[in-house]
Amino acid sequence: MTKPKIQYSRRSLLKGAATFTAASTLGAPMIWAQDIKDVTLRQFGTGVSNLNDVAVKVKEDLGFTLEMTALDSDSVTQRAATQPNSFDIADIEYWICKKVWPTGNLQAMDTSKISLFDKISPIFTTGKLTPESVVAQGTAPSTVGFISEPGSKEFAPEVTNWMTLIPTIYNADTLGIRPDLIGRPIETWAELLNPEFKGKASILDISSIGIMDMAMVCEAMGEIAYGDKGNMTTDEIDKTIAIFTEAKKAGQFRAFWKSFDESVNLMASGEVVIQSMWSPAITAVKAQGIPCVYQPLKEGYRSWGGGLGLSANLSGLELDAAYEYINWYISGWVGGYLMRQGYYSAVPETSKAFMSENEWGYWYEGKAATDVITSPTGQQLASAGDVRDGGSYEERMGKVACWNSVMDENQYMVRKWNEFIAA
Amino acid sequence: MSLPRSNTATGWLLAAPLTLVLAFFLVLPIIMIVIVSFWGATEFSIYPAFQFDNYKFLFGSSVTWAVFGNTFRYALITWALTLGIGFTVAYFLAFHVRTLTWQITLALICTVPFWTSNIIRMISWIPFLGRNGIANSTLLSMGVIDQPLEWLLFSDFSVMLTFVHINTFFMIVPILNTLLRIDKSLIEAARDGGATGPQILWNVILPLAKPGIMIGTIFVLTLVMGDFTTVRFMSGSQSANVGRLISNDVGLLQYPSAAATSVVLLCTVLIVVTGLLRLVDIRKEL
Repeated sequence: MTKPKIQYSRRSLLKGAATFTAASTLGAPMIWAQDIKDVTLRQFGTGVSNLNDVAVKVKEDLGFTLEMTALDSDSVTQRAATQPNSFDIADIEYWICKKVWPTGNLQAMDTSKISLFDKISPIFTTGKLTPESVVAQGTAPSTVGFISEPGSKEFAPEVTNWMTLIPTIYNADTLGIRPDLIGRPIETWAELLNPEFKGKASILDISSIGIMDMAMVCEAMGEIAYGDKGNMTTDEIDKTIAIFTEAKKAGQFRAFWKSFDESVNLMASGEVVIQSMWSPAITAVKAQGIPCVYQPLKEGYRSWGGGLGLSANLSGLELDAAYEYINWYISGWVGGYLMRQGYYSAVPETSKAFMSENEWGYWYEGKAATDVITSPTGQQLASAGDVRDGGSYEERMGKVACWNSVMDENQYMVRKWNEFIAA
Repeated sequence: MSLPRSNTATGWLLAAPLTLVLAFFLVLPIIMIVIVSFWGATEFSIYPAFQFDNYKFLFGSSVTWAVFGNTFRYALITWALTLGIGFTVAYFLAFHVRTLTWQITLALICTVPFWTSNIIRMISWIPFLGRNGIANSTLLSMGVIDQPLEWLLFSDFSVMLTFVHINTFFMIVPILNTLLRIDKSLIEAARDGGATGPQILWNVILPLAKPGIMIGTIFVLTLVMGDFTTVRFMSGSQSANVGRLISNDVGLLQYPSAAATSVVLLCTVLIVVTGLLRLVDIRKEL
């Protein structure tokens, strides 16, 4: 923190200086600076990025108040789609954006007002991490990230000046395993249905994500070849569910989980040795001193990403404040905070200044830790010599096979999912 | 006896507050649910309509039948077990505990689990029944089993166990209430008349306890049939009942479909309760 990143500090310094000068000499511009302190922005979103520390820091750095509400992803979708007046900023996932954007409850952002737009990871703009990469299946953020003109309800296939969401946080998900209870290397998604783990496997009971994990497994088993795992045909859905229903009836699964804590408990208690899992859940298991690995698999990752969207009702001073907030969000402090939890930020470079060299090496570059790695709340996550599961940013995000998505046949899929649960 | 006019008016006025409260907070919402059950839904919104699609899908799907069957199964088994345990406990409290002080003390002890939340009582079973839980490790160390019992947790067994644990109290209280009202001289008379213990139980106590049993039954059946958290947590999301069907629909913004399922569930429960009330005239018996 001795060398704060140039961008932000200069801006705030200038602003601070300007305010000071204005306050001491003129009088009129002072009103704006005063007013922005009265602004309250209401943000809602999923628990992952709705962090109280962020609201506190916003008050400190920008002066205005940020009210946060954390909900589960179903409620988030619901609120964004049906209660446009209840929020100013929606912190939603990209697949939710695909669902919600056509309601017209969100307004596009002018990229010229986003100071770090050029630095945003290409995953969110062109969709290609490196020029050679292929855009992964599913609702890839780049496919719903832009619209051609303000007011448009259709997504633009290429980068434009109007962005739907400003990416905030994302990660690559895979299976979590208990290496001590399995005792052999796990390399493929197909292992989830391996009879060896009968009664000791689990999958998450959130249809939109669960079906993708299922697809990764079925594809790895060589049972089904999908056109697009993120947008299956009814036939593909039937086959996928059939394979898993059979496994369920044979007693492959110990339980299904719906909330983060459940997945942690299943793993920590040894009820389950292999299951779909989220990165911070692995961290939580490890924090209890129980070995748990976020196993990189040869078929690649299932990835997800979220972003901030602006309510269509925002205008004037509030809109200015919202842009301020978004620019601040990607300027580094939040990024550093999130990356130390194992997520990635939209503009990774800016986070570097807010992380120690050891942390940056461990979380981003995939290097062995040179010292103890702790979470933002002070828990020890890794010791010197440990390497992050899956390696560096490029290695992990470069191997995304599929993004969380919402399918055209979503309703059909949901019904089939209910049958699977009731089977 | 006919009341003077002003008394009739007073009667209506006295009944009005409760009627209004019930009308607004019970009848109106139910009417809304019934209306919405005929509406249509897109992925993220609902639109007014009058169509039978939701019901058609509901009755046409094999899942619905399986899930309703499962709900009834849970309800019936829980009912039988809570009745057995509840009646025994109430009988003990009413006839074997002599002093009122002890009756009150013991009845209060039955409420101890209610000092904490329903969810906590439910979830606390999980570490107990788990593969490496207290139950399994105790049995293993005693040498009763040599492999952990898998069916203890995340099974119908754990669901039923939790249902019984949570709901038995609702059986105990009304039964105890009716048992305490039984005139002891009736039992003495029966004994004097030469009736054996089981005969007294069957021919004297049980008929007199019917209203209590019926009230307890209504509590337990409606609570179990309307539940969704117990089934979700204790079966590890692997079993479904109607409540989970509804909560899934709500989660996916399919309100009309959820409303239709609710209406069907409501009707089912009402039919069951009406049937039960025909068996015993609670009003008369109390």
